[in-house]
Amino acid sequence: MSIILDISKVDMVFPTPKGDFTALKGVDLQIKKGEFISLIGHSGCGKSTVLNIVACIHKATMGGVILNNKEVTEPGPERAVVFQNHSLLPWLTAYQNIELAVKQVFKNKMSKTEMKEWIEHNLRLVHMDHARDKRPDEISGGMKQRIGIARALAMKPEILLMDEPFGALDALTRAHMQDSLMEIQQKLNNTVIMITHDVDEAVLLSDRIVMMTNGPAATIGEILDVNLPHPRNRLALAEDVEYNRLRSAVLTFLYEKQRKVEVIPKVEATESKQKTSDVA
Amino acid sequence: MTALMSKKIVGIAPMNRNKMIMSFIAEKTQALILPLVGICCFMLLWSFTASSIDTSLGKFPGPSAVATQVVNLIDEHNAERNKEDAFYIRQDQRNEMRQAKDPSYQAKVRAYTGKETFLDQIVTSVVTVLSGFLLAAVIAIPLGIAIGLSKNLNTAINPIIQIFKPVSPLAWLPLVTMVVSAVYVSPEPMFAKSFITSLITVTLCSIWPMVINTSFGVVSMNQDWVNVSQVLSLPKLVHIQKIVLPASIPAIFTGMRMSLGIAWMVLIAAEMLAQNPGLGKFVWDEFQNGSSQSLSRIMTAVFVIGLIGYLLDLAMLQLQRALSWDKSSAQR
Repeated sequence: MSIILDISKVDMVFPTPKGDFTALKGVDLQIKKGEFISLIGHSGCGKSTVLNIVACIHKATMGGVILNNKEVTEPGPERAVVFQNHSLLPWLTAYQNIELAVKQVFKNKMSKTEMKEWIEHNLRLVHMDHARDKRPDEISGGMKQRIGIARALAMKPEILLMDEPFGALDALTRAHMQDSLMEIQQKLNNTVIMITHDVDEAVLLSDRIVMMTNGPAATIGEILDVNLPHPRNRLALAEDVEYNRLRSAVLTFLYEKQRKVEVIPKVEATESKQKTSDVA
Repeated sequence: MTALMSKKIVGIAPMNRNKMIMSFIAEKTQALILPLVGICCFMLLWSFTASSIDTSLGKFPGPSAVATQVVNLIDEHNAERNKEDAFYIRQDQRNEMRQAKDPSYQAKVRAYTGKETFLDQIVTSVVTVLSGFLLAAVIAIPLGIAIGLSKNLNTAINPIIQIFKPVSPLAWLPLVTMVVSAVYVSPEPMFAKSFITSLITVTLCSIWPMVINTSFGVVSMNQDWVNVSQVLSLPKLVHIQKIVLPASIPAIFTGMRMSLGIAWMVLIAAEMLAQNPGLGKFVWDEFQNGSSQSLSRIMTAVFVIGLIGYLLDLAMLQLQRALSWDKSSAQR
């Protein structure tokens, strides 16, 4: 199959007051159309930075990203992102959140009724048609993430970028979401890059698992091909020899070859503050 | 066995319901009685203190004096309205008579020029404060958004805002008065000069909290929403309309409520100093008048000013509840 996305020798250097910090060094990855790639690695290794560079939210210091033989320089809906904390706009309903995306992407290409049908089709795809007029604060975390996925899918992206999409969900909901994602993937066969911390999730969903070394100057350590047949079933796979071999390969990489030595936990500001305070 | 159990359940249910009703009543009475207790204590303290203060205009007004004045002021208002109606009836009759005698006579209609009553002054003040506040909002919100979006603009404008923000309305007033009388000259002015002066003074003082809060709301916007907008490649104007403005609505409302409070305080002071019609002028006139009723009339005005300020804030809060998506920031 043809290569749709080429992440070509990407370096990422962040200037800090204490001098330059090299986050990524020589990240090089070619992705085929319809492939499901998982990026796995310890936190702080620059997985999200890779994704942000593909989305062009960050600009690579060296190297670049080529999508369909064209270098990408700006964010765009053909590289739709599913953010970790859903990023739905709280003042819009589920339907309106997707509508905002659809209206922007298919401005002159769809009639009003076509848009409405397309939005509702995507809501049905993630089994959220019953929550069409609910606002984000009225639905659960899993439901929000479903809407977030529906919004990204509704843009008909060339490549779908998912930044730990299920990281904030509890284990049961996460399993449910993974099954849903597999079901959608069966239908649409999207090209996907997904960041994850979860070894089972990576093996269950991916065609290839890209394992990253620890930062600074993180890069791709190993790439593991997952040749398990689709559709996959988590219960059947639990006993599968190949599944367990892959699983332990990832675990070995993470906990032996790239053991995290850093002990001090990094405080990460996950959410910018939304408080309104009286400044004046 | 089942019969026994069902009996038990039936037996428990009404008791629970009673308990719930009781606690509901207790909650409601508490919400009603406690403020009443507070008001009663204040009234007692007030009438006791008032009776022990002697001024050159008699005793300091207590609750009963104020209550009398409320009735008085409303009566005066009604009397003035009757006078006005009578004036227009007389004028119409006179004109009709003259026209009957001489058909070519052009009837002259003159407006009634009676003195403004307390209720008129209230209306004038409320209209002025709302106009000044609206003008301030129309300037402040776009300016705040622009400052919030552009760091350079913020750096450029921030010192000016910080300097003008603490300026008292009394300092602005002479300048505004002079400028208005120099610039606003027209043979048939749509608005009175005094109205324009008060309005501009109110605007100048109430604009800053809105500018600052709006820009703060824009700056502290969730980065995820900005990313969403970037991925969608929303054009700048759509980005402002669909993302920035709704995202900063809670902060804008915080600023608007602060501004409206300031606007009301500023207006009373401005009216008092500039002798512009309104509640401030009423207070000043009564003070200059110096009759035995003056202090109780001023005290009445104080309560009315407070009450209107409270109602304005309440109205803003209701507006915020209706318009803002963030219900948690619209509690109190």
